[in-house]
Amino acid sequence: MEHIKTLKTRNLCDSAKHGGCGECQTSCQSACKTSCGIANQQCESKEKKSK
Amino acid sequence: MVHQYKLGGYNIVLDICSGSVHAVDDIAYDIIALYEQKDRASVLAEIKEKYADSNQVSEQDIAECYDQVTALKESGQLFAEDTFEPMAGKLKEKTAGVVKALCLHIAHTCNLNCSYCFASQGKYHGDRAIMSFEVGKRALDFLIENSGSRRNLEVDFFGGEPLMNFDVVKQLVAYARSVEKQHNKNFRFTLTTNGMLIDDDVIDFANREMSNVVLSLDGRKEIHDRFRVDYSGKGSFDTIVPKFQKLVNARGGKNYYMRGTFTHANPDFLKDIQTMLDLGFTELSMEPVVCAPGDPSELTEADLPIVLDQYEKLAFLMRQRDKEGRPFTFYHYMIDLNDGPCIYKRISGCGSGTEYMAVTPWGDLYPCHQFVGEEAYKLGDIWTGVTNKCAQDEFASCNVYARPECRDCWAKLYCSGGCAANALHSTGSVKGVYEYGCKLFRKRMECAIMVAVARAFEDA
Repeated sequence: MEHIKTLKTRNLCDSAKHGGCGECQTSCQSACKTSCGIANQQCESKEKKSK
Repeated sequence: MVHQYKLGGYNIVLDICSGSVHAVDDIAYDIIALYEQKDRASVLAEIKEKYADSNQVSEQDIAECYDQVTALKESGQLFAEDTFEPMAGKLKEKTAGVVKALCLHIAHTCNLNCSYCFASQGKYHGDRAIMSFEVGKRALDFLIENSGSRRNLEVDFFGGEPLMNFDVVKQLVAYARSVEKQHNKNFRFTLTTNGMLIDDDVIDFANREMSNVVLSLDGRKEIHDRFRVDYSGKGSFDTIVPKFQKLVNARGGKNYYMRGTFTHANPDFLKDIQTMLDLGFTELSMEPVVCAPGDPSELTEADLPIVLDQYEKLAFLMRQRDKEGRPFTFYHYMIDLNDGPCIYKRISGCGSGTEYMAVTPWGDLYPCHQFVGEEAYKLGDIWTGVTNKCAQDEFASCNVYARPECRDCWAKLYCSGGCAANALHSTGSVKGVYEYGCKLFRKRMECAIMVAVARAFEDA
């Protein structure tokens, strides 16, 4: 019996190997302008991203 | 670190450090809650006792479920360790001195007189002013010169009301377009406007040149017109709504946000979101007011449970509209679990004061638009660059691990340590924590992830 369903997500531990290019948007700058959150930003790395 | 919660009929388990999201049944939910505290035999015994009255749950089921949890742990998708702290300053170190985004305060003046405005009716507690083309051009050159190998450069036209200086906006965009190729850059512009001066010329220009437009509308007419009035006290709702509708209809699918502010006057802001939807807008943002402590519009402790409930109801409305084939976007519920930011970004904190700065009409640099007018945080100017290294260092050292309160917070890799301006204004330090904002943020993340789970499993 399946008790757990896991969503497909980017593995953050693996992202340490290919991340950090800095091309992504800064903070709230182009949108809400009053609160910081990065969960809704997209990765803009041209390198192959790890899953 | 694991965070568990129940919402929308789902039992959701977040494994914070791996970024994994699991939807689980009741047995797994209970086993995961006990897993790190007790050994296998004790957990199985406790779960067996809890489900003793259920015919549906056998001992074998419980043991199998326990082993599924163990398998997820072994594959790094549950109870992953937080090993990221040594990396916390790396991205900012690597990109030190690189600026990739500017907020151009193109007009420190406004044609509306909103009492709740954090920018003090666009003046930022100073004099009215507009930016000249020469200052704006130098700001763009400063950005190009300091952007290193960054290709995408973000520039926001902000105010006050930027359309009160529209000719300079157009000239600056033309200048940027004329030089971006030779420098191997790609400018992305955003315009934030109250809508009063939108006409066909603005619509054509914005829809051609602006990657994003942020349109200020607070929702219901009576809510919008309570604060967003002209200098004679007349509400702006009836003037701006047709203009916004025309602009959005002509936008051809390009990004925009209908951005509202909710205050103590409307903690029941879902009605305002519904108004935006009824007016035909689908890309929505609704922000809690940012104001001085004690301001009449400030959200109170009594407002908090109302606001949290509204966030849940908003998530349910999104799912209802999904099923009706009428989806809409809420800025804070956008979450890209599969292609979101890497761990460096998630722990580095807000880019204000380092990779992102605000430029005043006379060319001074501040850490972000919310710091403009705070003299202690003036960083320098666009001709000589950053000279207040002490203030910049304070921002450079902001990250998820710089605030003790964030260390044990399950939402830290979704918020990246929060907003420095909110922290300063609520605690007196950019490394403080605006706890009220944190409570709202955590609820928004729970709702956003619930919507993502429901979409993944129900709409697939």
